[in-house]
Amino acid sequence: MYESEAKLAEPNATMRSGVGNVRATVPREHRQTVGNTRVDNPRIRCNKLNVYYGDTHAIHDINLDVGNNEILALIGPSGCGKTTFLRCMNRMNDTIPGCRVEGEIIVDKQNVNSPEVDVVPLRARMGMVFQKPNPFPKSIYENVAFGPRIHGLTANKAELDEVVETSLVKAGLWDEVKERLDQPGTGLSGGQQQRLCIARAIAVQPEVILMDEPCSALDPIATAVIENLMVELRQNFTICIVTHSMQQAARVSNRTAFFHLGDLIEVGETNELFIRPGHQLTEDYITGRFG
Amino acid sequence: METGTFPTQGGRKPLGIIQAGLAKRKAAETRFKTYGIVAIAAGLVFLAILFISIVGNAYTAFQQTQVKLDLYLDPDVIDPEGTRDLDVLSGANYAAIVRSGLQDQFPDVESRRDRRALNALVGRGATYDLRATVMAVPDLVGETLTVWVPADDDVDMLLKGNIDREAAEEGRRLSDQQLAWIDQLESRGRLAKRFNADFFTKGDSREPESAGIRGAVVGSFYTMLVTLLLSFPLGVAAAVYLEEFAPQNRFTDIIEVNINNLAAVPSIVFGLLGLAVFINFFGLPRSVPLVGGLVLTLMTLPTIIIASRATLKAVPPSIREAALGVGASQLQTVVLHVLPLAMPGMLTGAIIGMARALGETAPLLMIGMVAFIVDIPQGILDPATALPVQIFLWADSPERAFVERTSAATLVLLFFLIVMNALAVVLRKRFERRW
Repeated sequence: MYESEAKLAEPNATMRSGVGNVRATVPREHRQTVGNTRVDNPRIRCNKLNVYYGDTHAIHDINLDVGNNEILALIGPSGCGKTTFLRCMNRMNDTIPGCRVEGEIIVDKQNVNSPEVDVVPLRARMGMVFQKPNPFPKSIYENVAFGPRIHGLTANKAELDEVVETSLVKAGLWDEVKERLDQPGTGLSGGQQQRLCIARAIAVQPEVILMDEPCSALDPIATAVIENLMVELRQNFTICIVTHSMQQAARVSNRTAFFHLGDLIEVGETNELFIRPGHQLTEDYITGRFG
Repeated sequence: METGTFPTQGGRKPLGIIQAGLAKRKAAETRFKTYGIVAIAAGLVFLAILFISIVGNAYTAFQQTQVKLDLYLDPDVIDPEGTRDLDVLSGANYAAIVRSGLQDQFPDVESRRDRRALNALVGRGATYDLRATVMAVPDLVGETLTVWVPADDDVDMLLKGNIDREAAEEGRRLSDQQLAWIDQLESRGRLAKRFNADFFTKGDSREPESAGIRGAVVGSFYTMLVTLLLSFPLGVAAAVYLEEFAPQNRFTDIIEVNINNLAAVPSIVFGLLGLAVFINFFGLPRSVPLVGGLVLTLMTLPTIIIASRATLKAVPPSIREAALGVGASQLQTVVLHVLPLAMPGMLTGAIIGMARALGETAPLLMIGMVAFIVDIPQGILDPATALPVQIFLWADSPERAFVERTSAATLVLLFFLIVMNALAVVLRKRFERRW
């Protein structure tokens, strides 16, 4: 998969190289990360992160910080490793046989990418929303109550009810479902299901919400609802979102990281990166020349 | 792209070639469909033959020829001292009462030989039934009881048309004299085919007229109970561990291969194993449902494990990710989300496995569940037999009346199997959840 894309990308390199030189960007052969990967007081700091699927080296030496209360967008062509990177942060890659993660992920001065760290509290701190809405085949209420219940966060039914309501309100779903909390979550529309999944994630009160292409299965209107929601949620959460839509990254994120074939090519303030990309590959990608 | 840039057969247009080949493709398709229909039709025909032959043989067994007798419960015979003591009642000569009841119908039969021939018309089971009746209500002694008692199996066979009246007397199971008595009884309305309740309420017997399947059904029930209680939890636990928790390595691969192999081991081998291990080594008693259940558990376990693993595999990974993503532990994910979704499939697998175990004969032969057992088993440690073994035993019996009983027992076994399979289908439809 990587090789075929590399071949596709290569001819472009020679064809377009003249254009890049005018803007004085870093040439494409150069794969060191452009831009400042570090922020002050990061929520998550990744040092020299490498991921292998069996013999395939999926992402190489990634250094990247996720700041507090920011939305970090991860963009890049398919197979570039952005989802893999996202899944490192709550150790979801542990569930994939043959997957090996090397390097450090520092959260609160602790390297969470070590076997001694229990994934249960880590995943409670790092909520996750998946590409395809995946509500449990249970009632709406049960979907949201699941997290608080297994972690024993609430003392009684009244508190749990409150958590469910608050989560659904924050996820912008309350008004649509308050009359039918006992109906199955799988009966909702795609956009509603995805917001239900967001409500389920925030019911555990995570510090970070990891979103893996949350709008890729949704229509533009449902997407707009979720984008507005992300901006709202930024007040209380740090959000890391993988997206295929550059417009979406431009609309919602504070910082953007561009991945290509397992390398982190460029990181920067979203406005900066989209207006003045510092690397030839970034420019080619955001201007739609490939990807 | 311009047409004609690719080489084609003989330089013809592609559409022309496709059109020319269409008839051949259609013919091939029709041929294939025909094969399929023929195969299904053949299957249905054989199924129909099977059912027609079984039902055709079996339905007569649900009726039994009975004789209506007025039995005077003579206190002098049953309880000469009038104590009504149960021991005395139990030991009384009820056969004499049944005999005299029958002889009352034919007072002119005098000689010992003739009397013996007459008595042979009534089955021996009547004696035991009468004793049970009197033991239950001792106050009946001294009264006259009008009861239908089962006729001998030869009489039964005559009325069902299985004995040829025209055959020579020596080659017939019934003498001319006996035929005359039977005709007389019939004309007086004292001989008739009635519903054969004994078939469902009694245990095995050497006399066809009082042989029933109750003992075998109860034995099968206890055996299945042991099998279900052992194989379902063990099978599900093994499947869940292998599928959700076990690391993928050479060791688990070997286990998997062995489980698949066990499913293909002939069942009689499991019977031998049960004989060697449970009976000879652990010293468990012979012929009991406990050992039968243990052996069938060994046989069913691989089926349940394989079916359960298949349903666990079918649960979408997105559900596991969703649960793990909010911080559920592996066990919470499995117990709260994966198992409920996989349960209908597991139950279906278990029921199909149980249905197979219910029809299994060979391993039960090895552990002695083939013995002739009259009493209805009261628990898993009472000697018992099972339905398929009962069929096997009856099929081996020489009496003509056992033929229809063999078929009837087969019908009962098939009935249970169909019910179990239907239950599996209903469970699957009912609890199947979409995600």
